[in-house]
Amino acid sequence: MATHRHSQRGTILVHPGVVRVTHWINVIAMAVMISSGWRIYNASPLFDFKIPAQLTLGGWLAGALQWHFAAMWVIAINGLVYLLYGLLSGHFRTDLLPLTPASVWGEFKNALRGRIEHKVGVYNAVQRAAYVGIICVIVALVLSGLSIWKPVQFQTLAALMGGYEVARRVHFIAMSLVVVFIVIHVFMVALVPRTFLPMVTGRAKVGTAEHGG
Amino acid sequence: MTELRKKLNRTLVAPTREIVKLERRLFLKQTLSLGALTLLSGCDVTDDDNVQRVLSTISRWNDGVQAAIFDPNRLAPVYPESAITKPFPFNAFYSEPEAPRVDGNTYKLELGGLIRDKTAWTLDKLHALPQTSQVTRHICVEGWSAIGKWGGVTFKTFLERVGADLTAKYVGFKCADDYYTSIDMPTALHPQTLLTFKFADEILPASYGFPMKLRIPTKLGFKNPKHIMALFVTNDYPGGYWEDQGYNWFSGS
Repeated sequence: MATHRHSQRGTILVHPGVVRVTHWINVIAMAVMISSGWRIYNASPLFDFKIPAQLTLGGWLAGALQWHFAAMWVIAINGLVYLLYGLLSGHFRTDLLPLTPASVWGEFKNALRGRIEHKVGVYNAVQRAAYVGIICVIVALVLSGLSIWKPVQFQTLAALMGGYEVARRVHFIAMSLVVVFIVIHVFMVALVPRTFLPMVTGRAKVGTAEHGG
Repeated sequence: MTELRKKLNRTLVAPTREIVKLERRLFLKQTLSLGALTLLSGCDVTDDDNVQRVLSTISRWNDGVQAAIFDPNRLAPVYPESAITKPFPFNAFYSEPEAPRVDGNTYKLELGGLIRDKTAWTLDKLHALPQTSQVTRHICVEGWSAIGKWGGVTFKTFLERVGADLTAKYVGFKCADDYYTSIDMPTALHPQTLLTFKFADEILPASYGFPMKLRIPTKLGFKNPKHIMALFVTNDYPGGYWEDQGYNWFSGS
């Protein structure tokens, strides 16, 4: 995060309000989308396994579809608000950029050696790569979802995805990447618990290490 | 001097490390129990009446959104005959041997509702209407899809022939297997919506819907009724077998 958001009492704004609100709305909407999506997957599994029913939402296919097509509005509108804010406020430009492969690789090697650069309110290169990456994955998740939902009305989009059947697989792979991201993301926050509170209150003390999340 | 500093550091740093470890452990524990709670309640949430009411309301709103998205002139992609899925999967709410056997000799399609000429149609008369065919993708609500070739009369041609009120909202269908469903008028008038009598150039076998299936490539599979015995035009929402149980009514592709 940008260091220019300094304030009194030795704290700085780490996560602006829009980012915090859209983050938590996304947590809920994504949980509904993934758990209901798993139930929809079970109706006609693409691969040789089913998702355990206890992990799914909706009770049966119709219930899962109702949840999925309700939460899709939340995730789409919330995502658009976040993207517009990120572009217009400079959040993406100042907090997620610059991003070079060399800096990500260097940071990653450092992290493996246990040397993580941490300035409060500033994402390191690995974090930037992860956050830019997950934004792209969620965009692919939404676009492949639209292709599956309306393969006739949105047939140009569906064709760009490689057709209906390919779009189903893109949708599944993008979901899997989001799940992998969530696991690592939550693990990192658990490793450095003090990164949790700033995503709620927005502020952190200057000098506190922030290398989680 | 350096020794002393090291000692000091150890005593000062050690307790904080312990606290951090404890914090981590507690955080993990709390996250896990929160996860377990959502898992336990997960499948029951949908059964709650208030939740169900909200979900149904959103589903009806999604009907409206899909009607707005629906372009009456946009055609579903068509495929070469080489792309046809063989064997084409059987699908119904019962198993294949249970598919109804309709007697084609005594069969008559009954018409009702906002239709000027309600004379019932024999199969011979239906087969004498101008025939066409198309190879399109059937997409099931479950997610799977299969490509097939259906042949019959453009549904719009039939509706015009019998003098149906084309400004009405719905067309409803009653089937020999007690299945029933309904569609919106704009979809009924879509150029690719066909009242079909043939699959892969052969008269429909019982398992594919003899004597006729309404083929709608702009809607999900369950919106394509088979074994149609009667159809009616109406402005009162007729619902459907799956729709009344919670599947989205419009279910456009």
